[in-house]
Amino acid sequence: MDNASFEIKKGEFVAIMGPSGSGKSTLMHILGALDSPTSGQYFLDGEDVSKLKDDELAVVRNKKIGFIFQSFNLLPRTSALKNVILPMRYAGIPTEERQKRAEKYLKMVGLGERMNHGSNQLSGGQQQRVAIARGLAMNPAILLADEPTGNIATAQAEEIMQIFQKLNDEGHTIVMITHETDIAEHAKRVIHIRDGRIVGDSSKHRQRKAKMSS
Amino acid sequence: MDFETLADAISTLTINKLRTGLATLGIVIGIGSVIALISLGQASSQAIQSRIQSLGSNLLTVQPSGQRTGGIQGAAGGGTTLTMADAEAIKTSSQITTVANVSPEYQGRAQVTTGNANTNTQIIGVTPAYGEIRKTTMAQGNFITQNQVDGISKVAVLGPTVVSDLFGKGANPVGQSIRINGQTLTVIGVTTSKGGTGFQNQDDIIWVPLTTAQKQLFGAENLTSIAVEAASPDVMVDAQNQVGYLLLARHKINDPADKDFSIFNQQDLLNTINQTTGTFTTLLAGVAAISLLVGGIGIMNIMLVTVTERTREIGLRKALGAKKQTIVTQFLVESIILTFVGGVIGIGVGVLASYLISIFTGSPFVVSLNSILLAFAVSAGIGILFGWYPARRAANLQPIEALRYE
Repeated sequence: MDNASFEIKKGEFVAIMGPSGSGKSTLMHILGALDSPTSGQYFLDGEDVSKLKDDELAVVRNKKIGFIFQSFNLLPRTSALKNVILPMRYAGIPTEERQKRAEKYLKMVGLGERMNHGSNQLSGGQQQRVAIARGLAMNPAILLADEPTGNIATAQAEEIMQIFQKLNDEGHTIVMITHETDIAEHAKRVIHIRDGRIVGDSSKHRQRKAKMSS
Repeated sequence: MDFETLADAISTLTINKLRTGLATLGIVIGIGSVIALISLGQASSQAIQSRIQSLGSNLLTVQPSGQRTGGIQGAAGGGTTLTMADAEAIKTSSQITTVANVSPEYQGRAQVTTGNANTNTQIIGVTPAYGEIRKTTMAQGNFITQNQVDGISKVAVLGPTVVSDLFGKGANPVGQSIRINGQTLTVIGVTTSKGGTGFQNQDDIIWVPLTTAQKQLFGAENLTSIAVEAASPDVMVDAQNQVGYLLLARHKINDPADKDFSIFNQQDLLNTINQTTGTFTTLLAGVAAISLLVGGIGIMNIMLVTVTERTREIGLRKALGAKKQTIVTQFLVESIILTFVGGVIGIGVGVLASYLISIFTGSPFVVSLNSILLAFAVSAGIGILFGWYPARRAANLQPIEALRYE
């Protein structure tokens, strides 16, 4: 990344687009507080997180960021419920509160019936919805989705986009990294990057509304 | 650490049961052999002690020193300076207040024959005091009486080994005769077995009246030893000193360095043997500790493999907010469970093994609480020691690297 500066406001739904090798991943790691920038600053929710130590970054990731990965990254052989509870355990939230919140978010993503299914008993789309519930569990400042539809079928991808738009309508800030134009168009704002530079940043496109699946 | 961490660790460990089992086996063998070998050492030490104590407790043995002729020191016990009068003096002197009983003895070896069998064994001439001091018990017949000593009776009491050598195992020889150095003696009793082997064999002895041994069998006037029983274990040193000074005076020796006798203390022998068996036990435990070390390295190996296999999981946990300490705890708990379970099973195996050993060898069954507590502490310690490095390695993984790992 080189000389890229931008701001994402609360309540935005931003897609970051670019071909592979464009610096998307690096940007995603910095936005996700997984890595610190070699130079420059990153303010998240008003806090400069660019100079924090490992354990301080862990706290930021835990409280401010909800991750949604391309390959879901659920704990294997672990129920959907326990997967959603995991970040709340690290935050030290009391057991009853965790349980209540995990159930609430799993119902929100439409998995109320499958809370006790192991992650290997769920389809790709369902696993990604568990990941979204997990991302929401700590009520983070941003939901950070890295190619969220990259490993799932188109119909299910549409469902994921629908959930994102619904969450955004409710006021959640979503940053989604993708290389697929039709997925990016579900966002309100699209930032294009190439060779580590921002080459486009617009909200001019017509936001594509996710279709209800049958 | 909380209950959930523990539950997570257990469920992770049960995924690959074979691997978990094999890693635990190393600890089971290590802890088991430490416990079994320590028990074995303690059991043999107790067996030796009780055998020595069965030879008589509070016992001092006075023996003549080797005779010094022209600057050449003879073998210990070879002198002829101890006499029956010395024994009488120890028993009756007013200077001696701490002695309960005195047994004058004359010991020699001789060929012993019956009609068709013969053996070479130890002949001890004794008075009834011998039986009282050594707590000799009879399987058949009676021990030597004072009348037989006074009358120079040609009677003999046999040890069980002598009986089986001369008359066959389990035979009752009471009333039969044996020949020693041309004299015919009548068997009047057989002692019960005291055990011991080789030169220490307390069953391969023939007892005869002291006077018979001196006058009829060996033609001697002196004693080969005087056994002195102290009144209690607390006055052993006093008794040793009193007997020593009395004999120095009786033998007209001014400088104790020139004394023509030595006094052996049963306790000295016991202490020496305790030290020896203690060294032996430490050695055995040391050997077993090596297998425990190897078991610990096995745990470390498995934990390192686990960390590598679960790189992505570790990355995810860190991305979701797990701090270094959280990851360290997670992996340490797993390795401690492995070694702890191994330790518990190992204690069971060790105790069972020492029980079986005690059955097969007839030695006492001893398992000390100390060795069990030690084994517990060591097994948990090994979990921490050998789990630490893999756990640190897991905790120091960078979340991005870990998430990218295929």
